[in-house]
Amino acid sequence: MNPNKKRLRRTMMFLNAQKPGLIKDPYIYKPDSIMLDLEDAVAENQKDAARFSLYHALKTINYRGCERVVRINGLDTPYWKEDIRCAVAGGCDAIRIPKTESAQDVKVVEAEVIQAEKDFGREEGSVLIMAAIESARGVMRALDICESSERLFGIALSGGDYTKDLQTHITGTGIELMGARQNMVIAARAAGVQCFDTVYTDLDDMDGFRQDVENIHLMGFDGKSIINPRQINIVHEIFTPKQKDIIFAEKVVREIDTKKAQGIGVFTVDGKMIDIAFYDGAKRTIELAKASGVYKGDL
Amino acid sequence: MEIKKPAIAGTLESSDCQVTVEAGEGKVDFSLESAVINQYGNQIRKVAYETLDNLGIDNVKLTIVDKGALDCTIKARIEAAVYRSIGQIEDLPWGGAIR
Repeated sequence: MNPNKKRLRRTMMFLNAQKPGLIKDPYIYKPDSIMLDLEDAVAENQKDAARFSLYHALKTINYRGCERVVRINGLDTPYWKEDIRCAVAGGCDAIRIPKTESAQDVKVVEAEVIQAEKDFGREEGSVLIMAAIESARGVMRALDICESSERLFGIALSGGDYTKDLQTHITGTGIELMGARQNMVIAARAAGVQCFDTVYTDLDDMDGFRQDVENIHLMGFDGKSIINPRQINIVHEIFTPKQKDIIFAEKVVREIDTKKAQGIGVFTVDGKMIDIAFYDGAKRTIELAKASGVYKGDL
Repeated sequence: MEIKKPAIAGTLESSDCQVTVEAGEGKVDFSLESAVINQYGNQIRKVAYETLDNLGIDNVKLTIVDKGALDCTIKARIEAAVYRSIGQIEDLPWGGAIR
């Protein structure tokens, strides 16, 4: 398995691949991933030019640990195959498929990625895939999509197109996205892949943004797509384990290990009942703290 | 490779450059406009000639209006203009002539 499949992805920042001013130094804001967009952000008559810009940016710019994901054009356009060739040749870390509606969509893209890896001397399996779900049909097939490929590291909700398909609109409350969010995060967890939330487009409403991020964090999402560096710190703050949670998780792991050796299954930590069911969650908190660079312990 | 028709790529936004290619008169005719021409003119010219050389082009009128573009952007815009001029948008030689 590609070791980056489960890496930390709290923030994925969208950047228009056609705009040199945007793609030259986004790493200074320290998003976990950048999403270099060849799709909706790029005008129809600039699709060709955006690829050259993308290729040389990938080849030349040191993004200092930010994962470089490329959003290709849809499978219903004439652009997506060359998008994949360009992105894979340039050295991208992952491809994002827009408007994914079936496992077959992922398999079709995977076949082109495999070919591009061969053509451009990339190690087989080095390019990961993620699928954006933007329709009611895609949401209903989320589990199939999540299980479609060993390369697929996660799925992402694209709220704008999804709400159009659902014949509603983005309200800022999240009510219109509830069903899709719940269905997708459950599907992703069932398949063991990650799940990412849609963008929040009102940059003047940072309180609304914070509430939105807190909601999706509680729902179980791994991270959020973002459109502006101002949004990064809020997402990272909410998705990074707090010290009190880390300390409690450490106690849980140590106590379960100790008590298990003593043949004790249920006990209390800081007044809370703990059994083996808490073990994985506590380990996950510590792993997330490590990945976020805030863990100082020795577990 | 021969320039077939005039083509343009890039913008006049900050950190970008606008590149125009036209059929030449038997040589490379290079023209540069840049606010930093005194500091970076030679470097931009070097990148432009290297890019044309990689593409196998020695007969072109190349005009660059620079707005503070990095080398990688200058390359990208020249290549975009050249491939527009010959009308090729697929099966591009990534890692070959484009490098």
